[in-house]
Amino acid sequence: VEDDMASVDLPSDARALTPQTAETDAIRFLVGTQSLKYDNQVHVIDFDDENNIISKTVLLHQAGEIWHISASPADRGVLATCYSQGECARGGLTGGGLGQQRAELFRAADSKVVTCAAVWRMPAELEPGGQESPEDAASPAHALELLCLLEPAMPRAPLGAGDGKRVVSLADSHILLWDLEGSSSQATLASSASLEGKGQLKFTTGRWSPHHNCSQVATANDTAIRGWDTRTMSQIYCIESAHGQLVRDLDFNPNKQYYLASCGDDCKVKFWDTRNVAEPVKTLEEHSHWVWNVRYNHSHDQLVLTGSSDSRVILSNMVSISSEPFGHLVDDDDLSDQEERRLEEKSQEPPQDSVIATYEEHEDSVYAVDWSSADPWLFASLSYDGRLVINRVPRALKYHILL
Amino acid sequence: MAAAAAAPGPGSGPGDSPEGPEAEAPERRRKAHGMLKLYYSLSEGEAAGRPSGPDPLDPTDLNGAHFDPEVYLDKLRRECPLAQLMDSETDMVRQIRALDSDMQTLVYENYNKFISATDTIRKMKNDFRKMEDEMDRLATNMAVITDFSARISATLQDRHERITKLAGVHALLRKLQFLFELPSRLTKCVELGAYGQAVRYQGRARAVLQQYQHLPSFRAIQDDCQVITARLAQQLRQRFREGGSGAPEQAECVELLLALGEPAEELCEEFLAHARGRLEEELRSLEAELGPSPPAPDVLEFTDHGGSGFVGGLCQVAAAYQELFAAQGPAGAEKLAAFARELGSRYFALVERRLAQEQGSGDNSLLVRALDRFHRRLRAPGALLAAAGLAEAATEIVERVARERLGHHLQGLQAAFLGSLTDVRQALAAPRIAGKEGPGLAELLANVASSILSHIKASLASVHLFTAKEVSFSNKPYFRGEFCSQGVRESLIVGFIRSMCQTAQSFCDSPGEKGGATPPALLLLLSRLCLDYETATISYILTLTDEQFLVQDQSPVTPVSTLCAEARETARRLLTHYVKVQGLVISQMLRKSVETRDWLSTLEPRNVRAVMKRVVEDTTAIDVQVGLLYEEGVRKAQSSDSSKRTFSVYSSSRQQGRYAPSYTPSAPMDTNLLSNIQKLFSERIDVFSPVEFNKVSVLTGIIKISLKTLLECVRLRTFGRFGLQQVQVDCHFLQLYLWRFVADEELVHLLLDEVVASAALRCPDPVPMEPSVVEVICERG
Repeated sequence: VEDDMASVDLPSDARALTPQTAETDAIRFLVGTQSLKYDNQVHVIDFDDENNIISKTVLLHQAGEIWHISASPADRGVLATCYSQGECARGGLTGGGLGQQRAELFRAADSKVVTCAAVWRMPAELEPGGQESPEDAASPAHALELLCLLEPAMPRAPLGAGDGKRVVSLADSHILLWDLEGSSSQATLASSASLEGKGQLKFTTGRWSPHHNCSQVATANDTAIRGWDTRTMSQIYCIESAHGQLVRDLDFNPNKQYYLASCGDDCKVKFWDTRNVAEPVKTLEEHSHWVWNVRYNHSHDQLVLTGSSDSRVILSNMVSISSEPFGHLVDDDDLSDQEERRLEEKSQEPPQDSVIATYEEHEDSVYAVDWSSADPWLFASLSYDGRLVINRVPRALKYHILL
Repeated sequence: MAAAAAAPGPGSGPGDSPEGPEAEAPERRRKAHGMLKLYYSLSEGEAAGRPSGPDPLDPTDLNGAHFDPEVYLDKLRRECPLAQLMDSETDMVRQIRALDSDMQTLVYENYNKFISATDTIRKMKNDFRKMEDEMDRLATNMAVITDFSARISATLQDRHERITKLAGVHALLRKLQFLFELPSRLTKCVELGAYGQAVRYQGRARAVLQQYQHLPSFRAIQDDCQVITARLAQQLRQRFREGGSGAPEQAECVELLLALGEPAEELCEEFLAHARGRLEEELRSLEAELGPSPPAPDVLEFTDHGGSGFVGGLCQVAAAYQELFAAQGPAGAEKLAAFARELGSRYFALVERRLAQEQGSGDNSLLVRALDRFHRRLRAPGALLAAAGLAEAATEIVERVARERLGHHLQGLQAAFLGSLTDVRQALAAPRIAGKEGPGLAELLANVASSILSHIKASLASVHLFTAKEVSFSNKPYFRGEFCSQGVRESLIVGFIRSMCQTAQSFCDSPGEKGGATPPALLLLLSRLCLDYETATISYILTLTDEQFLVQDQSPVTPVSTLCAEARETARRLLTHYVKVQGLVISQMLRKSVETRDWLSTLEPRNVRAVMKRVVEDTTAIDVQVGLLYEEGVRKAQSSDSSKRTFSVYSSSRQQGRYAPSYTPSAPMDTNLLSNIQKLFSERIDVFSPVEFNKVSVLTGIIKISLKTLLECVRLRTFGRFGLQQVQVDCHFLQLYLWRFVADEELVHLLLDEVVASAALRCPDPVPMEPSVVEVICERG
């Protein structure tokens, strides 16, 4: 496992991580930093698979600390962030010395933290693919180009849609659907819906479904998970008390349209069939603290990645509920030699769900994990102290799945 | 004199022995001393018949035949001194004299006897002569008598013949008369109802009439008889059919009908049909007792009725049938068996229905007694009708009922367990309403444990009745083997312990994980209960069971260790769940307190926030609660000034190192080296890790969960300067009070360090409060 690992430490706390979804050649992740005192940045992390080298490019994100980041699935250069900033800092304050000024502002009695969401474009020269080496330190950092603001919004909210033309943001008890027009430079509020119920209901997270022509969104509030149809903005299903405590994250099975994974503060990862929400299909209880992130592998949906504030990343093999029927991939013609026959025998064993590996490289809570969009066997995890670790699926398992 | 006369006889034996060795060497070689003795006594007997001693050729033997006085004298002279010679001479003279006088006496006596014998013979001779004369006379008389007798016989000859003929005619006439009178007699008998007599008459006449039916007169009689017999048979049948009378009379009727030559096959059918009617009547009355109406007699009475009514009737029928229709052979027996089987099965169905009504009752003794009677009753017909398999079926029913009883007891135990849990819940809920202390947890635990144990014992005692010696079915193989091992031990006791563990575990899995469903104290109590079971109770109960039910069955049983492991696992899960629930309660409090506050615009801290006091209070309460049931446990050695520590270090140690360097991409990567090194040396904290069975471990778990929550919540907020200071104060306060609860106080330090450090990171203007001020505020609070 050690050989398969590469890590980089960012100079700041960080919570936001996403693969550059539209990029399918280079292994590239975007990380948003979180700092109150210094300018925040979006780090573009490139990973050279052959040499096991990580290189990064820094883009300034001066609007505020980044709580959530997501990349457009259609346009490599477009990304959306969710960030917070001081009340007065929003009036277009840019440039150096910002930290100092903001500190001043917070001293004021009426200072407030406001969260916003915005769509950005990366500087054009970056797009060909991160040739900028880290040694090139002297050159000033590029800044992100603001395309449009989505207001109001909550942390961890903006969600890019499959066609890159729509964005959903979550604000307290509202779910807002935006249409992006003119190469994303303008966002218009298309429709919205709100949670109704007693008490103050607040969305905590949401996720686009890759199925149904990107017309569904799943959201979480407190312990419940809800599915929404974006065409009518009406609720499709609701899993009440999906978790014992707060639901932290959701992900859709990329190959099975009704399957959904969720995780939360009860240390559990649950798998749901949205057609029958009375009981979870499967429950994993491997983490020893809140699970913040759950991600299906984009190609092989038996591989499930989870990150938790117990500082661990766990890669699980959920064969029993995956879309891949076991054993059928073996072609009879290929069974010429003993080894392959042995492999086939192995694959004949009944599928068993198991933990493949537990990664303990992090020393602080892991708030984000994700798979690379370019290499299905590669994933990144980000802990609060700014350490980004890139790991590969163990080779033995990889061959087992492929053969 | 007597000694001398006697001496030669017995003396000859020992006297001979010196000479013996040469002559009788072969015999001497027989080793057995007893044989020798036997031999000599035998030779003595023979010696009596022989003229001489064992060595007749010895010339020196005074009593021997070949005694030679010269040799003897020579020997004496040669061998003996003078004195001895003199002695032997006087001795000899004395002996000769004695012998002479003896001889004289003997001769005299013999002479007298001889004379009296001669007299007697003479007298006899005379008598015989007289007798001979009389005998001659007798012979002549006898000849005369014989002659006369012959003559008389000759004269009486033809008379005798005539008398004989007359006697024969007389007998024939009597028979004929009987025949002629038969119809009237039969009629009379039938009229009087003396059917037995009539059948006997008819039986006597039948053969004769059969033989002489070619004669018209006899034919008429026979016809008459047949008519009467037919009527008789009809009447008998009538009586038989009416069937009001009991089985014995019926049997009599059938016997008579059989004697009348009615077809046995048909009778047999009819007999069974009648018996069926009667027995069905019995069954109906039983069914009526069973009835839908509740006031049914108790089960003992029911089986008694069934036993005496139905089973008794069946016995009578079977006995009568076998007596009457023994000639029917196996086909008849089969018919009876089928009959018994059918009715028996209906009876069993009724009994089972009745027993099923009994399932709900708690009283085993009555049921066992009823079963015993039922089983005992069916032994008789079972022996009578082995082919019907009644006894087996009865045993089967008893076994089934026993099994059901076991199930019933298992349910009872489970219900008792749940009931005692409900009691505990109520007891736990009550004190809050009453406002005063209810029974302590330890007391509740003892109550639950003792109530379960007493229920188990009661069940065992109750089930034990099935195997009591005096119960008729207790020696059946099922009750000796399977019932004890598989039934009582496995399904009842082991099953109960398992279900208890499951019930307890279900509290961990309840969907209402928010803690509302199960009071935490109940979890704690159950966990202790399971642990107690693991350490002692299970082995105690199983030993008790094995003793009461001496298990002879060799089938595998669940070992104690497996059950103990299960109980321990349950206890562990419950305790872990308790920790989670309690941790969650405190976590929620902390989370709310962090999430709902506006940390940016908070004022300078003057007090510890109330929620922190509440946290400490609750933790103390939990500590007390756990302390009631669990031992203290070990903690790491305390540093002397643990409560004195303040948080001045945090705001500097971590983030200063991290943020000092410039913020360009080229910045070296070791900016957070310091904090990482610091972390390297502290162990990773497993927040929801399994706990051990002691108070300190439980409290450590709860505090870990709470503080980790605090940390995560703090990281999601942004703090103003005073917000940070408030966190500082709160953490110091927690530090002051929480360290005493945990196993390793370093852990509390570490987590609180992290909290304050994170708050500082989340503060754009981190100006920590002076440690001394923090201390003052905390002490004041």
